[in-house]
Amino acid sequence: MRNVTLVLEDGTKFHGKSFGYEAPVAGEVVFNTAMMGYPESLTDPSYAGQLMTLTYPLVGNYGVPPFTTEENGLPTFMESDKIYASAIIVADYSEQYCHWNAVESLAEWLKREHVPGITGIDTRELTKVLREHGVMMGKIIFDDEPENVPTAEYAGVNFVDKVSCKEIIRYNEGAKKKVVLVDCGVKANIIRCLINRGCEVIRVPWNYDYTDMEFDGLFLANGPGDPDMCEAAVKIIQKQMSLSDKPICGICMGNQLLAKAAGAHIYKLKYGHRSHNQPVRMVGTEKCFVTSQNHGYAVDAKTLGADWEELFVNMNDGSNEGIRHKSKPWFSSQFHPEACSGPVDTEFMFDKFVEAMN
Amino acid sequence: MKDENIKKVLLLGSGALKIGEAGEFDYSGSQALKALREEGIETVLINPNIATVQTSEGVADQIYFLPVQPYFVEEVIKKERPDGILLSFGGQTALNCGVELYRNGILDKYNVRVLGTPVQAIIDTEDRELFVEKLDEIGVKTIKSEACENMEQARKAAAELGYPVIIRAAYALGGLGSGFADNEEELVKIAEKAFSFSPQVLVEKSLKGWKEIEYEVVRDRYDNCITVCNMENFDPLGIHTGESIVIAPSQTLTNSEYHKLRALAIKIIRHIGIVGECNVQYAFDPQSEDYRVIEVNARLSRSSALASKATGYPLAFVAAKLGMGYGLFELKNSVTKTTSAFFEPALDYVVCKIPRWDLSKFRGVDKELGSSMKSVGEVMAIGRNFEEAIQKGLRMIGQGMHGFVENKELEIDDIDAALREPTDKRVFVISKAMHKGYTVDQIHELTKIDKWFLEKLQHIIDIDEAMKKCNINTLDKELLRTAKVYGFTDFQIARAVGLEDELKSMRKASLVVRNRRKNYGILPVVKQIDTLAAEYPAQTNYLYVTYAGVKSDITFENDKRSIIVLGSGAYRIGSSVEFDWCGVQALNTIRKEGYRSVMINYNPETVSTDYDMCDRLYFDELTFERVMDIIDLEQPNGVIVSTGGQIPNNLAVLLDEQHVPILGTKAQDIDNAEDRAKFSQMLTNNGINQPEWSALTSMEDIDRFIERVGFPVLVRPSYVLSGAAMNVCSNEDELKRFLQLAANVSEDHPVVVSKFIEHAKEIEMDAVAKNGEVIAYAISEHIEFAGVHSGDATIQFPPQKLYVETVRRCKRVGRQIAKELHINGPFNIQFMARDNDILVIECNLRASRSFPFVSKVLKINLIELATRVMLGLPVEKPSKNLFDLDYVGIKASQFSFNRLQKADPVLGVDMSSTGEVGCLGDDTNTALLKSMLSVGHRIPKKNILLSTGGAKQKVAMLDAAKMLIDHGYNLYATGGTSKFLTENGIQNTHVLWPSEEGDEPKALDLLHNHTIDMVVNIPKNLTSSELTNGYKIRRAAIDLNVPLITNARLASAFIYAFCTTKLEDIGIKAWGEY
Repeated sequence: MRNVTLVLEDGTKFHGKSFGYEAPVAGEVVFNTAMMGYPESLTDPSYAGQLMTLTYPLVGNYGVPPFTTEENGLPTFMESDKIYASAIIVADYSEQYCHWNAVESLAEWLKREHVPGITGIDTRELTKVLREHGVMMGKIIFDDEPENVPTAEYAGVNFVDKVSCKEIIRYNEGAKKKVVLVDCGVKANIIRCLINRGCEVIRVPWNYDYTDMEFDGLFLANGPGDPDMCEAAVKIIQKQMSLSDKPICGICMGNQLLAKAAGAHIYKLKYGHRSHNQPVRMVGTEKCFVTSQNHGYAVDAKTLGADWEELFVNMNDGSNEGIRHKSKPWFSSQFHPEACSGPVDTEFMFDKFVEAMN
Repeated sequence: MKDENIKKVLLLGSGALKIGEAGEFDYSGSQALKALREEGIETVLINPNIATVQTSEGVADQIYFLPVQPYFVEEVIKKERPDGILLSFGGQTALNCGVELYRNGILDKYNVRVLGTPVQAIIDTEDRELFVEKLDEIGVKTIKSEACENMEQARKAAAELGYPVIIRAAYALGGLGSGFADNEEELVKIAEKAFSFSPQVLVEKSLKGWKEIEYEVVRDRYDNCITVCNMENFDPLGIHTGESIVIAPSQTLTNSEYHKLRALAIKIIRHIGIVGECNVQYAFDPQSEDYRVIEVNARLSRSSALASKATGYPLAFVAAKLGMGYGLFELKNSVTKTTSAFFEPALDYVVCKIPRWDLSKFRGVDKELGSSMKSVGEVMAIGRNFEEAIQKGLRMIGQGMHGFVENKELEIDDIDAALREPTDKRVFVISKAMHKGYTVDQIHELTKIDKWFLEKLQHIIDIDEAMKKCNINTLDKELLRTAKVYGFTDFQIARAVGLEDELKSMRKASLVVRNRRKNYGILPVVKQIDTLAAEYPAQTNYLYVTYAGVKSDITFENDKRSIIVLGSGAYRIGSSVEFDWCGVQALNTIRKEGYRSVMINYNPETVSTDYDMCDRLYFDELTFERVMDIIDLEQPNGVIVSTGGQIPNNLAVLLDEQHVPILGTKAQDIDNAEDRAKFSQMLTNNGINQPEWSALTSMEDIDRFIERVGFPVLVRPSYVLSGAAMNVCSNEDELKRFLQLAANVSEDHPVVVSKFIEHAKEIEMDAVAKNGEVIAYAISEHIEFAGVHSGDATIQFPPQKLYVETVRRCKRVGRQIAKELHINGPFNIQFMARDNDILVIECNLRASRSFPFVSKVLKINLIELATRVMLGLPVEKPSKNLFDLDYVGIKASQFSFNRLQKADPVLGVDMSSTGEVGCLGDDTNTALLKSMLSVGHRIPKKNILLSTGGAKQKVAMLDAAKMLIDHGYNLYATGGTSKFLTENGIQNTHVLWPSEEGDEPKALDLLHNHTIDMVVNIPKNLTSSELTNGYKIRRAAIDLNVPLITNARLASAFIYAFCTTKLEDIGIKAWGEY
């Protein structure tokens, strides 16, 4: 394995070894404290442009499942068609794997998809640096090619545009309820959760004007990067809200876009929420949920329009975890009720959405 | 919100430590009591286990050293009138007792509310049939199981399910009375035993080879649920989880699998209606996502203690708060102090639990591991990779192993068989097999252990093999670092590169490696366990040491205020909760005096490894290397080695050589007590008597020595080949047989032979000295004569039957020894006394097992006193001594023979008890009765079987036998005993030994049909190890759950106690009332 160095924006260096694709890479360095689910996370489009650090040290244990496709066109085990993260950073890559459903090792997969992976990093120390300083840009440089220095931008890049579909894709055609799904970088399981509840899903590009289409409900998907880059989408949501009271539900980026449409501001969190253990509380109730999250930006709930209120808050830092309209069936969550990866306790959000369409 | 109507709460403890129910309940109970006291609630505790931390002053408001049994609990309720009761913090003992109180209507009668999980929910999880029904209601799969009430049903069920099947007793803890059967013959054997523990026996389809996965789940009364931790067994299903190496979090599950089981666990806990904590165990198919729920424990368990330590999430503390009515959202994460208690810990390390067995202590025991638990303790190792964690763990179990490799060669005849049929040594068999070239696939075929684990073990072998190709000079920095990262000690590395042969001293060789790597800058770092994988800042003092990191999480003050206390390691026979108590008392005193208390220990069952108990907790090894690493970082003011039993004691000299400041008695003096020859010389110089002894290296020498002192002799081999470690030999035959079996007598392995004095009293002195002057002491007396190990003996304090002159002599000798050895701190001396002659058997310059017992009876905390001495603080001699007490404390031993299949339940010079209780009484009888009932004896109803051994014992038992008749008992007696009783005019029924044929009733039949309520079986001599008649009767008594006593003195005392004292006359008095 070749020696590599991770160099952070502030000059901090971590030395490790390459186990994935052998090419230098740059991106925003973020950390995720989930203890499993690397195939799901890597293929989550929300990680586009990021070097994903896993705090759980042992990675690769159960290999990689096959890239098979279900009848409905969704990948069976992955969240999209490819790896979106720019690289993966781990402490102790497991060269040997063992699982009945694995067809290759993580290293083989990364190499096939041209994604670097590095191991032997003190990911706890790296996480602490990121926590104290806030997320930073970082570069993975091969020690034997010191002149080969990669560059990348994160701020100001419209990652949603990069990962969104370019054409309309329909799933489960002919089902009772039609849902327009705005693809900001949607995870497959969001589509699956809708299909499983008897919906036809019409997946449209992020900036597509669907307002004159025939549908029963609007679903705003997750996606990478800065929501302020997606003004076009916000405008269309506002147009939709002015035209009809059809149910709207959003997840993650969808929560932020809905909030923006409701007049709220978005700010960047110091180091985001990326984990399977974020506690949220439904406002005004004693109901609490452990949720899966992956976001670097958050809604400033104080700036929500008068007709809106907070639906969920984060029990650790008080940040917004969801909003709802006070009278109309419009609501969203900052967390991921579709899980994959992570706990499945909030899948009821899809039920609520489907109920609202009835 | 908290329920304000609850002002006084009764908590039931778990009693004596036994296999399957050990120190973890001291930890959970202590946490619960802390949680309650924080709320200003008055607490009452019932627990006869006097050595626990929870029964210490200031932990509960009222403490009752009484049996955790419905009768006594009702009496306490009557007296104390608590508003609520907590049942889930005292293991199965407390749970069973609580269910019985509920069923008898006692709780209703006195208006006592069960806090937390409702009793019906407990019953739903405990009764197998109800449990399956309950889970069927929500479509959750359980192991197909047939509840059978008799043997015929069991046979039929097994035939229908198809062999292999597993048999379990309902309402039993830790798999008591359960086992696998491959055919009908085996079924009948196991089922019969199971029926003796429970009227209901379950026959289930065996899922051998499936993965075993556990989740710890918490639910509040608002229906909020979290899973705090999941754990995966290294050993596949078929080996009890208490016998299995366990990894947290799971390593081989995908996201989908992990969350499928997690969601099921939450669904189950909601449906059953747990409020607090529970544990869900799954069998999981390694080839699909198919699963079965094995069981749900609706209480704190060994796993929950482990999960608390593994994650830093204090499950028992939180469960107690939830029982008080709080919601999870109202509680804070006790590590970060800022984030919510409603969350699931994210680990950034891996934890490995390894059981500690002591099977070699038991004669005849079955060493194969299976569905019933035999281990007596466990360790938890933390690492940043699996290899590091398991190598640490294998050292921690303290059986002379240095990790996964570089151990003494195991002698295995048939490696395949040893892999297929797991024993306590299996992981080392894997090491051997790998070195011999077995592939991972081959080992997987034989063991069914997941290949991922085996690949990791293979990785350790690969690193080892790479090092073996080097010598110390060719070993490069990179390989050295790799070895350290993957958990190799300096010792292992030194041995791998052949330094041992070069330097002829492992100690020197290890130091060479140590210095070499320090020069390379290969140093360990200290990481925190913070529950959130560094996502939020945490001021936690819960730490571990690793080489897989570049920077420590904490900074060191170098202010010379740290006092390091070395803990006692894994619980084992001879060292358990009592040393945890000592360690905790030392920590408390250090804190109180304004020093920084630092603990090093790795036993997840303990209170001393609760990060609340000290200012800094290193959950790490007690090896010389690791302790030195921590000392290098901490630069402590001093190190205390005398409160953690033998492990720290043994480090004293090594640490002293490295100029580590050892507090208390000097290392040189410790060595002078530990070294038999030096100690003996010192005694002789001071005119103190001791039994004659000699270290001998040939059979001729042994014969010559015995010719001089005569039989019987006590033989202690220094090198143990098979089982028994020491034994009393009464004649030439026994001596020859024992030495052949157990010892290899040679120049290198001398055998210590000493004169054994029969019918002598044994006396213990626990004391604290300052600068060689005794400040406080406690002298206690064994009920049994010498020959029963002091750890197994029944001890009374203050002594009731010693001459004042004997006590005076003991005191005098104690003073002399303290002076000679310049003792500064705790020490213990064991004496033998016949008439007024006293002989010193042993002396330890450290706290002993009986320190908590005598401290609590005397109400003087000897460890606090000793710690103050060691810190150099002024101490006053306590004004009170043992002659002032107008009550008696009796410490009785708990045995776990029922768990140890085939072991001979007879007591000898080697210790075999797993725990103890200590009860107080106004006189010997009441104290003895309470303590005997606490360790599982019952007052017999009608029929008693006597086999009273040799002539002397027969005579000794005569009065007791008469008394039994006078009190209306029926006596059954075997041949010689029957004859002797009849000759002495005592009516009895003659019964036949197992080997005898005839028309008279057979002893075994009477046991099997439960005619007999109590067995007194006294072996004729202490050596016979073959399957004798006596063994069969003793074993049957254990297997059929009939109380058994094997010592004439103890039997007489117990019989006297229950014949003269009625249960109603036993005073229900709290500790504070004596």
